[in-house]
Amino acid sequence: MQARSVETSYTRSKIHPQKFALYISFGSILMMFAGFTSAYIVKQSGGNWLEFELPSLFYYNALVVIASSITLHLGFRAFMRNAVTRYRLMVALTFVLGLTFIFVQYSAWMEMMRELEIFLQTNASGGFIYVITGVHVAHVLGGISALSVLLTYALTQKHRTTPTRKLRYELIAHYWHFVGFLWLYLLAFFTLVG
Amino acid sequence: MADIDITTEALEHGHDHHDDHHDHESDKYRSSFISHYIFSLDHKMIAKQYLITGIFWAIIGGLMSLVFRLQLGFPEENFSWLKPILGKWITVNGEGMGSLDPEFYYALVTMHGTIMVFFVLTAGLSGTFSNLLIPLQIGARDMASGLLNMISYWLFFLSGVVMFASLFLNTGPFSGGWTAYPPLSALPQAMSGSKAGMTLWTISLVIFVASVLLGGINYITTVINLRTKGMSFWRMPLTVWAFLVTAVLGLLSFPVLVSAFVLMIFDRSLQTSFYLSEIFINGQALDHVGGSPILYQHLFWFLGHPEVYIIIVPGFGMVSEIISVNSRKPIFGYKAMVLSILAIAFLAFIVWAHHMFMSGVNPFLTNFFVIFTLIIAVPSAVKVFNWIATLYKGNIRFTNGMLFAVGFVSLFISGGLTGIWLGNSALDIQLHDTYFVVAHFHIVMGVAAFFGMFAGIYHWFPRMFGRFMNSTLGKVHFWGTMIGSYMIFWPMHYTGLAGVPRRYYRFDNFDSFAQFASLNEFITIAAILTFAVQLLFVINFFYSIFRGKKQTELNPWNATTLEWTAPIHAGHGNWPGPIPQVHRWAYDYSKGDRDFIPQTEPLNDWELEEEHNH
Repeated sequence: MQARSVETSYTRSKIHPQKFALYISFGSILMMFAGFTSAYIVKQSGGNWLEFELPSLFYYNALVVIASSITLHLGFRAFMRNAVTRYRLMVALTFVLGLTFIFVQYSAWMEMMRELEIFLQTNASGGFIYVITGVHVAHVLGGISALSVLLTYALTQKHRTTPTRKLRYELIAHYWHFVGFLWLYLLAFFTLVG
Repeated sequence: MADIDITTEALEHGHDHHDDHHDHESDKYRSSFISHYIFSLDHKMIAKQYLITGIFWAIIGGLMSLVFRLQLGFPEENFSWLKPILGKWITVNGEGMGSLDPEFYYALVTMHGTIMVFFVLTAGLSGTFSNLLIPLQIGARDMASGLLNMISYWLFFLSGVVMFASLFLNTGPFSGGWTAYPPLSALPQAMSGSKAGMTLWTISLVIFVASVLLGGINYITTVINLRTKGMSFWRMPLTVWAFLVTAVLGLLSFPVLVSAFVLMIFDRSLQTSFYLSEIFINGQALDHVGGSPILYQHLFWFLGHPEVYIIIVPGFGMVSEIISVNSRKPIFGYKAMVLSILAIAFLAFIVWAHHMFMSGVNPFLTNFFVIFTLIIAVPSAVKVFNWIATLYKGNIRFTNGMLFAVGFVSLFISGGLTGIWLGNSALDIQLHDTYFVVAHFHIVMGVAAFFGMFAGIYHWFPRMFGRFMNSTLGKVHFWGTMIGSYMIFWPMHYTGLAGVPRRYYRFDNFDSFAQFASLNEFITIAAILTFAVQLLFVINFFYSIFRGKKQTELNPWNATTLEWTAPIHAGHGNWPGPIPQVHRWAYDYSKGDRDFIPQTEPLNDWELEEEHNH
């Protein structure tokens, strides 16, 4: 797969085009969730809205998200300083935390169904929670598959800090921080808007 | 990631990829038919793929409109001759009278709208020209990511395959209108088109959105990051500005459509009640309680309104460029042109509810939307004024591209003015969902956007294929289309003012609308003739690819912009040598004693002095 594309030798800004493209796609993803949360507000103000308390697992998962971003960042620092063992450990830890996040979200849905008896069809208020958290989990799964790539490289390749690898790490890490941030935003939204 | 951003040294050192012997693997890879014509990473080839796919869909969408126009113009006529094509959708009674199935009439209207809006005027238009012109006009070797660009086209192709397959379903394609309002769209039992047809429609459009987003991310990244030395924002041709803004609009509005669809899918398949409430079908009460169909309308039109600008803004850019080149004058008010595009794009996001004045939206809320809608007239008028001012006292060359560009301005004025009528919520009480609306949007974004596309095709055809399209056929095409489309859509204003509703299957059994029977016949005949003229274009297009007059000079229109500095049959990478550098803006026409000064030419002494004195 050599030379599949032709890069312009002159780039304008310091930021790598792929990183820039990633940031633009964040805007797109944000707009989708903005669409959901606006719909939530509009529907809520329209009445027939069942209020209930969010499962506490959602809040615990905020801690998981923050922890995973920290480990991924520590992993990057270790990567840059060639602290190989630490770097591998941190990436693996992040990967595990990512899986934990999915598992906890799943448990939270189960809790909503078993204990609160809020099902997908019960009321739009619960429906929105399932749909929005579900779409978010889909984006986290995307992040986890990216992390698995990172993890595979970390464990199988002889360690070197090349620009390509640094870029790969940064792209994946920024996406991961973004979906984590997204969860914090959604949680704050659910809590404040109710 | 590593494998897609490798600089080919060969290109930097003056080799075309055809004689690139440095890298065997890449040479082999590139010379294969599949990588060159099918899974191409070259933005120029992807542009052609978009264009030809768009032409295919335009023919399908156009033919559909002819079928339903036949029904509207000649409701008493025998249509059994259509049976070989439409099969069971033509029902033949005992006396041999064939008539169009009413359900299929709605399917045709729905598909015509969906195909034209998304496949032709979004993908076919901005997919083609953003791909072709962004890298060539800003001085880049390709898009930021050729791979994403290729995936973007193939997702578009795939969404087309899914939509095309839905045409052949036993229950028919989706038939609830291109806006897919619930409950009709959300309940499979509502009508036969809402069954598998709607499922495929949704799948197709979700894939389509993915394609638009990947394309858009690429366009924006390319414009912002890969401009050549000297190509500052204020030196960019207006085309590039227009494509940039179009991509931003798409990136911000299409995701919201996905949100709307996700909720719709849950309502359809998993019995939720986001959009549905208290509905009876065949005397049976459904379980759905508490949903709001208006919610879908808000989400849909949050995309839907920016979408009309996604369709028309590329036209703005190309028309500005073509008018300036062929008037041999700098574009009048360059910065005003840019700012007005930005203003229109901004306003596009805060006027969506003007599609919903009659949907039961709070009338106090509509005031807000009326005002912002009417404000759009201001930047639009700025653009029109500037186009006319550019033409004024110009040394005009009536090339085919130029004819269509001027036609665009005419259509944009006549369609835009009726927009001011419709933007008033009080007038909309009478005009909503009538043929007045049909006339308005077809002229201002349908036909006008097509004119922008035609202008672009005629003007940049040599850039795409190294040949010219036949000019005489082109002139026939222009006049036929110009006169024809006014003949189709102008009378609709009158029927609309009289209250004739759109989407109806036939009118002869309404006392108040039967009087328009002969007008409807007239419109149908005009539509058939106009479509026939489009076939001339299609023939001209494909004939000229192979047999058209060869392009002999590098810069046939004497334009200033960079796309004409690349070789006629440029390989992947566009410029065999180093990328040209830019020293001036894109509109130095008739400056001093020079007819035009290319962007690559450094400022001369007196220009430097002038700049200094500023």
